[in-house]
Amino acid sequence: MLISLSDINKVFNQGKHNEFHAIRDISLHIEAGKVTCLKGSSGSGKTTLLSMIGCLSRPTSGRITLENKILSGLPERFLTDIRRHTFGFIFQKFNLLQGLSVLENVMLPAYPLGLNHKDLKASAQKLISHFGLDRVMNNPVEWLSGGESQRVAICRALINDPQILIADEPTANLDTRLSQEFMGLLDELRKTGKTILITSHDPIVFNSPVVDRIVEMQDGQIMES
Amino acid sequence: MIEFFRKQAYLIDFTMSSLLRRKGKNFGLLLVYTLIVFMLASVMLFSHSLRKEAGIILQQSPEIIVQRLVAGRHALIPAEYIQKMGRLRGVTSKKGRLWGYFYNPVVKANYTVMAPDHLDLSTTEVIIGAGIARTIGLGIGDYFTMRSNNDTFSFQVKDIIERNSELVTTDLVLISPKAYRVITGIPEGQFTDIVLSVRNPREVRKVAEKLVQKLPDIRPVLREEILRTYDSIFAWRQGIVFVLLIGALLAFVIFAWDKASGLSAEEKREIGILKAVGWESADILHMKFWEGIIISLSAFMLGYLAAYLHVFYSSAVLFESVLKGWATLYPQFKLVPFIDGLQIATLFFFTIFPYVVATIIPIWKASVTDPDAIMR
Repeated sequence: MLISLSDINKVFNQGKHNEFHAIRDISLHIEAGKVTCLKGSSGSGKTTLLSMIGCLSRPTSGRITLENKILSGLPERFLTDIRRHTFGFIFQKFNLLQGLSVLENVMLPAYPLGLNHKDLKASAQKLISHFGLDRVMNNPVEWLSGGESQRVAICRALINDPQILIADEPTANLDTRLSQEFMGLLDELRKTGKTILITSHDPIVFNSPVVDRIVEMQDGQIMES
Repeated sequence: MIEFFRKQAYLIDFTMSSLLRRKGKNFGLLLVYTLIVFMLASVMLFSHSLRKEAGIILQQSPEIIVQRLVAGRHALIPAEYIQKMGRLRGVTSKKGRLWGYFYNPVVKANYTVMAPDHLDLSTTEVIIGAGIARTIGLGIGDYFTMRSNNDTFSFQVKDIIERNSELVTTDLVLISPKAYRVITGIPEGQFTDIVLSVRNPREVRKVAEKLVQKLPDIRPVLREEILRTYDSIFAWRQGIVFVLLIGALLAFVIFAWDKASGLSAEEKREIGILKAVGWESADILHMKFWEGIIISLSAFMLGYLAAYLHVFYSSAVLFESVLKGWATLYPQFKLVPFIDGLQIATLFFFTIFPYVVATIIPIWKASVTDPDAIMR
C-alpha cells in the first residue's frame, strides 16, 4: 500500500452561508504500481480528492499518508517538496505555458532543483524523443495538436521521475483515437513501475484493461471500490 | 551552493522568456520607466555639474570682498580704506576693483562690466564674454558700443573670453579702468569694492572679523558665502524642475502600480501551473523579484546613460533654459562630467526599490494560495 486516506473531509467556504462539503468521510488505500481510476460524474468530488492526494490542497479533516509519512498538515514548503519529487501531474486542459517551447515546458518542473543544465536538457530531450515529439521540440506549445499537447504534458509530468502520476480527466479534450493512444501510453508507464491515479467519466478510460481498479464516487463519497 | 546559483540562473532564464512573451506590455513599461529615470537623472546630473563647475571657477576668485555700506546699501569705497585696513596677518594682497552692470535695451540683456588693472587694455579696447559675442554677432576686431550719460562709447573687441569658463563669464565685459571711470563717472580714488587675498583659508573668518572691527561701515563678503549662494540657487532650480516632473512621476507610479499589482488572469493561472508542477512560493517570489530587477535595472541603466549623454554631450538641451538661468545670454559650454556616488545611490533607491516592492507584494498574495485552483 502506497497511499492511505482515512476519514477525509473537504469543506469549501467553511462557516459561511455558501459552505460546501466536497468530500465526506472518505477512507481509501491506493496500491503501488497499479492504475487506479476515480470514476464519477462532474461534481462528484474526484478532482478535489485527487488534488488532496497530490498535495495541491489540504483536507479539512482526516489523514493522508504516503508510505507511512503523514502528508495532511505538513507546511506548504514540505508539501511542495513531496509534490515535486513524488507526483507528476497531467491536467485536463494540459496547462502548458503558452509562448514557451515544448522543451522549455518539459524542463519547467525541474528548474527549482538547480540541476546541471546539460543533464536536464538531455533528460528532457530523451523524454520528448520517447514520446515522438522530436519534430516539435523547439516549437511553441500553442502550435501543437491536442494529442501532441497531451504528450508534452506527460513528458513534463515525468521530468522529475516521480513515483506517482496523477491525471485529471486526461481524455476530456481528446477524440477516441487519441484517448486510446493515451491509454496505451499509460500502460507503458505502468510497466515501468509507476503508480497511476486517474479521474475520469470517460468509458474509454474506465473500461480499459490498463485500469486495475475503479473507485466510483458520487456526491463526495465513495460508492464502490 | 552551486545548486542555488543554477536555480537562480534557471529563474532568470524563465523570467526573460516570460518578459519576451509579453513583449508589447513590457517594452512599453520599460520605455516609460527609462524616460522617467532619464528626466530625473538629467536634472540631477546637470544641476550637480553646474554647481561643481561654478565652484571650480569661483575657486579662483578672491577670498574676501570688502564693500562699503551707506545707510545699509552698497556704496563706492574710497581708496584710502586700503591704507586704513593696515597690515592684516595672513592677507597677501589688497586691491580696489571697479565693476558694475550695464543694461543693453537693444538685446534686452544685462552685462557685467569689470575694469581689471592687470590686463593690457587701452581705453578703446574691450574683451567680451562669448554669450554677448554670440547675441550681438561680434567677432574680434568688431566694435562694441555702450551708452551712458547721454554719450555713446565704442570699443574695439580685442578678445572673446574662452569657452571653458562661460558659465560665469557669458555676460562679462572687460574694459580699462580709465574707460570705466569715464563711462560711469566714478571719480579717481573711488572703487566699487576692495578684494583681499588670504593665504590660509582658516584665517579668512578671523581677517573678516578684524576688518569689521577696524572699519565699522564695511561688509566683508567671503568666497565661501558666494559658493553657498550659487549652491542654493542651483539646488532651488533643480527643485523647480523636480516639481514640474512630479506629474510625470505620478503617472509612472500609477502605470507601474497597475502593471505590477494588477495580476492578470493569465498570470494567476501561470502561477498556479508553476506551483502545481512543483515550484515553491519562494521560487515564484524569486522569479518575480528577478523580473522587477531586470525591468527596473535596465530602465535605470538606459535612463542614466541617456541622461549622461544628454547632459554632457548635448549640453542638456531639454532643461538648460530653466537650469542655467540666464534670460537672454545663454551660455554655451560643455560640462565636465561629474558623477556623484550618493546621487546615483539616491536615484537608484527611489526608482528601483519601489518598483521591485510593487511587483513582489501582489505575487506574494497569489503565490501563497493553494495551487489546486489550476485543477478546475
